[in-house]
Amino acid sequence: MAISRRVALQTMLAAGATVAGARPAKAAVLPVAAADAVGLLYDATLCIGCKTCTVACRDANQLPPDTSGSPNGLYNAPVDLSAKAKTVIKLYAEGDERSYVKTQCMHCIDPACASACMLGALQKREFGIVSYDPDLCIGCRYCEVGCPFGVPKFEFAKSAPKIVKCELCRDRLANGQEPACTEVCPRKAVIFGRRSELLKEAKRRIAEHPDRYVAKVYGETDGGGTQVLYLSHVPFEKLGLPTLGDEPAPQLARSIQHGVYRGFVAPAALYAALGFVMFRNRRSGEPSRGDAEAPTGGSVQ
Amino acid sequence: MTARAEPVGGPLVTPFTRALAGLFGLAALTIAWRLVAGLGATTALNDGYPLGLWIAFDVVTGTALACGGYAVGIMVYILNKGRYHPLVRPALLTSALGYSLAGFGVFLDIGRWWAIWKVPVYFWHWNFNSALLEVALCIMSYVVVLWIELSPALLEPFKDSTILPLRRLARTVPPIVERGSIFIIALAILLPTMHQSSLGTLMLLAGSRLHPLWRTPLLPLLFLMSCVAMGFAVVVFESAFSSIAFKRRPETRMLASLAAVIVPLQLAFVVLRFGDLWYRGELATLVSGGGRAGLAALEFGLFLAPVVMLASSRSRRDLGQLVRASMAMMFAGALYRFDTYLVAFQPGANWSYFPSVPELVITIGLVAFEVLAYVVIVKTFPILAARPRVERQAA
Repeated sequence: MAISRRVALQTMLAAGATVAGARPAKAAVLPVAAADAVGLLYDATLCIGCKTCTVACRDANQLPPDTSGSPNGLYNAPVDLSAKAKTVIKLYAEGDERSYVKTQCMHCIDPACASACMLGALQKREFGIVSYDPDLCIGCRYCEVGCPFGVPKFEFAKSAPKIVKCELCRDRLANGQEPACTEVCPRKAVIFGRRSELLKEAKRRIAEHPDRYVAKVYGETDGGGTQVLYLSHVPFEKLGLPTLGDEPAPQLARSIQHGVYRGFVAPAALYAALGFVMFRNRRSGEPSRGDAEAPTGGSVQ
Repeated sequence: MTARAEPVGGPLVTPFTRALAGLFGLAALTIAWRLVAGLGATTALNDGYPLGLWIAFDVVTGTALACGGYAVGIMVYILNKGRYHPLVRPALLTSALGYSLAGFGVFLDIGRWWAIWKVPVYFWHWNFNSALLEVALCIMSYVVVLWIELSPALLEPFKDSTILPLRRLARTVPPIVERGSIFIIALAILLPTMHQSSLGTLMLLAGSRLHPLWRTPLLPLLFLMSCVAMGFAVVVFESAFSSIAFKRRPETRMLASLAAVIVPLQLAFVVLRFGDLWYRGELATLVSGGGRAGLAALEFGLFLAPVVMLASSRSRRDLGQLVRASMAMMFAGALYRFDTYLVAFQPGANWSYFPSVPELVITIGLVAFEVLAYVVIVKTFPILAARPRVERQAA
């Protein structure tokens, strides 16, 4: 399955799909990244935990300080992604083993949040970026239920709240800039680029230093594949990246929903059947009439 | 003897209705506060538990408790059991009230409540992958259908009204509803079938964050079965409640035969749920101890209790036993649904949720309003079947 997906991806690239947003109209079992899909590659072995990226992110997105990790409330120190923090650096330490990990939206190829969203406020738009349009959001927070990475956050503190999540600095991309976090990273631990090229680069690093890395690019197929990819020297689950399998997160719920409602045939058939049964019942003379006439049917004993 | 519906009559202002109005008044103030101050200031909701009491209880459990109209509708119109007809109007009333308030609960829960109108209006943005969209559209339509179904009963007292427009309305609407009844009733059965099952599909999106005791592709079917069982239970309970509260002779015999129908339904749910756990190899989880396993076991107990309680035909004719069994059935389905939405959802160890005081005040106030509206409407409008004044031998 993974191979056929890779083949499909390569075929698409080979076809030189220069058309922006050339996404297969109907996703197969495993989704294929859009030809123009961009993303991040984060290499945990290079990250020194300086948090410059988090500062640049805050600056670029004009986010207020998040002091949740500061005991006296004096410092900007988010403990996790929040309505005020779109990217956070966390530390994993166990014995001698330690690693930093950067968290932000994974920009799934087949995102659960977008599958959940009633009016498509969250959906994959240009470059496969999962972006947010507050004008289509009613604040139901079903995206938060769906996301396996716990990424979308809600401004509970506000009376006119919005969903907050990384949108890969899409406004900066439009100006020809790269995302704020990759621009400032002093060690190039997080880099920006086309997903296909980032994936190639990740595999090159593993091949070059097999002793340094876990032999897997997280996000290549996990949860159906993500546009943010991870390299690590410690097991990915230690970094808080969930073990998801290759099936896209929204697949099960969606296949049930689509199976039942395909072409709206089943509901229409049920409606017709119900109408027919009632029509026949009425003709058979059993006293089960509509209510308009008041409950005249049936004798009360 | 023909059953006709008539108003129960009696005073509207009693200590009971006053207390209900007081509870609702308190909730109304809290609602104003919530709408102005926002969710963070008034609820315990957070990014780990984005759905709380209002969704798990008011909407997911509340609409199932409002499935009396659905359950009786299937019985009377599809299975053609006309003898249950006297139960139709009271069941429709509880359904209309329950669904309307569930819709109101959603309105309070969504963070951007001023934009709720966009859901039905922005049809070109509809995302058909979203189970929630289907639930939302179905519930909105069903509320309208329920009030249309009920409109003849609510218009009846105005047939000879001195206010001309009202009299005209009261005389023209019921025949239209009667003529379209097949189309309306078929819709009133189709819509709950759709959204009650989709309420189950909805939580499947949580994937591995939903506890394995509840995470099954059968969730839609189990949700549908539980709402039908709860609908029947509510009809039995509400009929018994009305007979006690309004000192009317109980419809024991009708309820007894209804109970005989719902026992197999209850049993089928247990067999399906148990079989599913066995098939998925999760039976060990059920007996492994722990709070969640305990709650799942309690669900099984509550589902089985009415089966035992109503096993003999003698116990089914005992009004007290019927009330107890129907309460067990309501609790069983309610707990199952509540668990699926709140207990089974595991966002991670660093998150917790317990409803805040304002959340509880609003939920209690809305239930109080529902009971108040029921009492006032059955006293004023022809909803309940007319009962003979003369005492007769126990039927």
